[in-house]
Amino acid sequence: MRLKLKIWRQQSRSAAGKFVSYPMDDANPDMSMLECLDVLNERLIEAGEDPVAFEHDCREGICGSCGFMINGVAHGPLPATTVCQLTLRHFKEGQELVLEPWRARAFPLIKDLVVDRRSFDRIISSGGYVSVSTGSAPDGNAILVSKESADRAMDAAACIGCGACVAACPNASAALFTGAKIAHLGILPQGKPERDVRALRMVAQMNAEGFGGCTNIGECTGVCPKEIPLEVIAAMNRDYIRGSWRERDNLVTTIRPFTEWSTGSKLKVDRATE
Amino acid sequence: MELNSRIPSGPIERLWDETRFNMKLVNPANKRRHSLIVVGSGLAGASAAATLGELGYNVKCFCFQDSPRRAHSIAAQGGINAAKNYQNDGDSIYRLFYDTVKGGDFRAREANVYRLAQISVSIIDQCVAQGVPFAREYGGTLTNRSFGGAQVSRTFYARGQTGQQLLLGAYQALERQVQAGSVAMYPRTEMLDLIVIDGRARGIVTRNLVTGEIDTHLGDAVILGTGGYGNVFYLSTNAKGSNVTASWRAHKRGALFANPCFTQIHPTCIPVSGDYQSKLTLMSESLRNDGRIWVPKQKGDTRPPDRIPESERDYYLERRYPSFGNLVPRDVASRNAKYACDEGRGVGETGLGVYLDFADSIRRLGRKTIEERYGNLFDMYERITGEDPYAVPMRIYPAIHYTMGGLWVDYHLMSSIPGLFVIGEANFSDHGANRLGASALMQGLSDGYFIVPYTVGDYLASNKLEKISESQSEVGNAVALVEQMTQKLLAIDGKRTVDSFHRQLGKIVWDYCGMSRTAGGLRLAIEQIRELREEFWNNLRVPGSAADFNQSLEKAGRVADFFELAELMCVDALERNESCGGHFREEYQTAEGEAQRDDDNYSYVAAWEYRGYGSPEELVKELLEFQYVHPSQRSYK
Amino acid sequence: MATTVLGARDVRPARFWASTNGKKAVMAVTGAILFLFVIGHMLGNLQIFEGPEKLNDYGHFLHSVPEILWAVRSVLIVSVVLHIWASVQLAVRKTKARPVGYSHRDNIASSYASRTMYWSGPILLAFVIYHLLHLTAGVIQPGGEFVPADVYHNVVAGFQVWYVSAWYVFSMVLLAFHIRHGAWSMFQSVGFNHPRHTPILKKGALALAILIAAGYISVPVSVMLGVVK
Repeated sequence: MRLKLKIWRQQSRSAAGKFVSYPMDDANPDMSMLECLDVLNERLIEAGEDPVAFEHDCREGICGSCGFMINGVAHGPLPATTVCQLTLRHFKEGQELVLEPWRARAFPLIKDLVVDRRSFDRIISSGGYVSVSTGSAPDGNAILVSKESADRAMDAAACIGCGACVAACPNASAALFTGAKIAHLGILPQGKPERDVRALRMVAQMNAEGFGGCTNIGECTGVCPKEIPLEVIAAMNRDYIRGSWRERDNLVTTIRPFTEWSTGSKLKVDRATE
Repeated sequence: MELNSRIPSGPIERLWDETRFNMKLVNPANKRRHSLIVVGSGLAGASAAATLGELGYNVKCFCFQDSPRRAHSIAAQGGINAAKNYQNDGDSIYRLFYDTVKGGDFRAREANVYRLAQISVSIIDQCVAQGVPFAREYGGTLTNRSFGGAQVSRTFYARGQTGQQLLLGAYQALERQVQAGSVAMYPRTEMLDLIVIDGRARGIVTRNLVTGEIDTHLGDAVILGTGGYGNVFYLSTNAKGSNVTASWRAHKRGALFANPCFTQIHPTCIPVSGDYQSKLTLMSESLRNDGRIWVPKQKGDTRPPDRIPESERDYYLERRYPSFGNLVPRDVASRNAKYACDEGRGVGETGLGVYLDFADSIRRLGRKTIEERYGNLFDMYERITGEDPYAVPMRIYPAIHYTMGGLWVDYHLMSSIPGLFVIGEANFSDHGANRLGASALMQGLSDGYFIVPYTVGDYLASNKLEKISESQSEVGNAVALVEQMTQKLLAIDGKRTVDSFHRQLGKIVWDYCGMSRTAGGLRLAIEQIRELREEFWNNLRVPGSAADFNQSLEKAGRVADFFELAELMCVDALERNESCGGHFREEYQTAEGEAQRDDDNYSYVAAWEYRGYGSPEELVKELLEFQYVHPSQRSYK
Repeated sequence: MATTVLGARDVRPARFWASTNGKKAVMAVTGAILFLFVIGHMLGNLQIFEGPEKLNDYGHFLHSVPEILWAVRSVLIVSVVLHIWASVQLAVRKTKARPVGYSHRDNIASSYASRTMYWSGPILLAFVIYHLLHLTAGVIQPGGEFVPADVYHNVVAGFQVWYVSAWYVFSMVLLAFHIRHGAWSMFQSVGFNHPRHTPILKKGALALAILIAAGYISVPVSVMLGVVK
């Protein structure tokens, strides 16, 4: 099949970017979107051009590495599907596909379709865990968890951290991502002791990262490859309000966001060789 | 070289306890002064880094992905075994131990496997406490399923995403330590060499994948949790980024590589659809519980499956293995699919596929039941192939899935280089020649949470580690080597892309060192690999520069290492004149076509020592002794 | 890792307000107050169909105790101010959160109403100001002289001017949109969402939005049609 790819090319965060069109005259409908880019890149390299940088790893929809906008929709038109599992047969013969990276201040661009999502790690780092050190756990069956709670927690925990929710949100809000973790741990008895402080800290970090505020629009859940429900955002709001009211020690820390990658290495590529 | 596996003597159930008691402890006040390097952030790496951080060490953790949460452990579907015996169906630590040794076709160390079975129990407790949402009974207790032909229900699971949930548990524990300041996380940073000073592993050389900066990180011990090498086959169920580079470069610095030819093939993957195919997608083995596997009796029968009458179908597993039928172990099911396709009876456009048919089950149980059991898998299959498996039979084909081989480690999980520890799939230790379902997650977490944190402490407390500095020549040499290699790859400026070489290499390895192997084929493969490697170093084209984000350059370095590993795999497979587990040599089979082990001559771990580029590696044997589980022939007739 | 510790001197309500979630909670509560006012106001307006006397008596009753009147007005003013203040800050945040926009972005899961809150809000504010100047303060007198005690006269005279009615109808349609999203969204903002109840809330919000708009619009339409003179 024939397709026309219009891809955002940008060498680095500071460079100017632009769309470049590439015809794909012999795409195979069974290819995934990423395999189509593989084929394009092979050609670009052979022609002496710079291949398109895009993030990918597991290619089975679970690692959360991949993702970009296809014609204005995060991960493209097929619901509950990441771009690595999106096959070209879902597009029309001769269609133009516009590929654009996630755009958000908290996801600074690295190159072409690759963005920096360390802000998500910092949100988890600020409180998205149960503070239980190795060795101190009671027997797995010591605390009973109703099947319903386990299922609901699993629904929220299915998040793959791809960032599509932020990308699709008109506000560029990370509420669905943050809410998913707060809901997952807040539902389970193991996460209850830290429920208040977790919500306070994670929300504070989410805000510190420069994401927009949630206005309950719901685009996030529409593009979410794991169909995380909007309910998790309500859970976050509830825990945040509850935590704000009950809080006593007033110790909310946030991690200062950083976007730098360079380690300031003194070792240069031209180092003398022995 | 002499290998000391440091397995203590005594009754097997007391070995680990006694080992722990005899270990020296690091003074709590001194822990902060020890800096440890953990490479990899999967189940093994993340759990080790988190636990070492909790203990108070100064930890640096590295991963090549953009976040530690992306490690490929995340893709494990089935579950994790533990000898909890919650189902009261007769499971025990001893039974899990027994099953694992037997399942590994008697090529694993008894002491290691026993410890794994003991620790399995604590892993579940730890993960539950972290908030892993394991499946539950209505009463609130943990539920189990039986998996991979086990006769007891000992597999814990979280839907079809057990690996994801366990990894997120470890990742969250890791992020907690990052926040606490005890672990410094370095994402998008790839280890490119090991720094060995005075015979001890003292640091690593890394490349920052965004800026291209080459850095050195020094410490008192290095822990590799860098996964398996299945991507040597190019097409595998591994993530695209999974690679052997960290292990291989450590190997070149003196760490022995054990049993590289022990690779596992998974029988139920979605077949290749074209040359552009970049990876294979696995579907849970549970499908074989209700699906019937068949191919047409006639060669080259291109009729659609519904036009092939029952009498012209060959349900070859049911025919050959009447008692186990479609539920024969992974290696047997895979090999038979290959034979059917080799005979020209494969289905689908490429002829590399067999049918997995649910029509009978749908008739017998109703579509609704099948939907409940396999709904997600059927959806995934339809998403990828565009075919509706409720209406037409699925097409499946085996794919490489796991590598049992890896860097050689002793009972303390320390490699042959003192101070270099290897955990998870990256080491060779616990699965012998074949891994049982739901054991990989168990081993990764066992190594990371419960073994290496102790053994590293013992190493630090029992050895006097000299002060080292960046200015030492060993550090400079390692950096220079890395930079040379980078420049060399960029300077070739040939015509072919990295992927094209990788694909071709994978095909050679798959054809001759895949599901079944022959001496002749392996010799041919070694020749072809060398030729192709020659071309690689003369005709490769890597665009861009070393000083920025360059995915082709990353891949080129990894494929260069795969070339060397591929050769060693073939050498190892050629040396092992027997069939066992995932290693099937056609010359060594019974009259019925089953694998034939040679316990008299090959009951050992084949550990290979690097002797310089181009020189043959030297084989060092670690003999295996079986005191508890006595070798017997597997039979599934 | 660099961390900022907010000390004990940090004022908690200020921090609550500073967070996006806190602002949305405030918007939910103030929105609820305004929503109730809108219902009450509409029910009051509908008395126009019972004749001039009834409506004027009602107007008189509302003004009878100035303390209560101003107490209610204060709550409303504070609500409006907080509601707007929070939304302006969120809007500013929104622009900062995506400094480089998309060439094109499709909406696939959201309602038109939810995406146009930033539009319908300011226009409604403009309407409210106009409306107060027209029928409360009497500063603008499009339909002839403003008679302070004769509500009925002021309404009828005003709505006989076509563009006043048109502006009013247009604004009420926007109000309906605003309510259609706001009336369920406020529950979400304070933490209530349930797979069984939220769909009912959404339907209820839509029904109320239509009812409220219809109730308000019935007045100018009746005036224009000459049903109310």
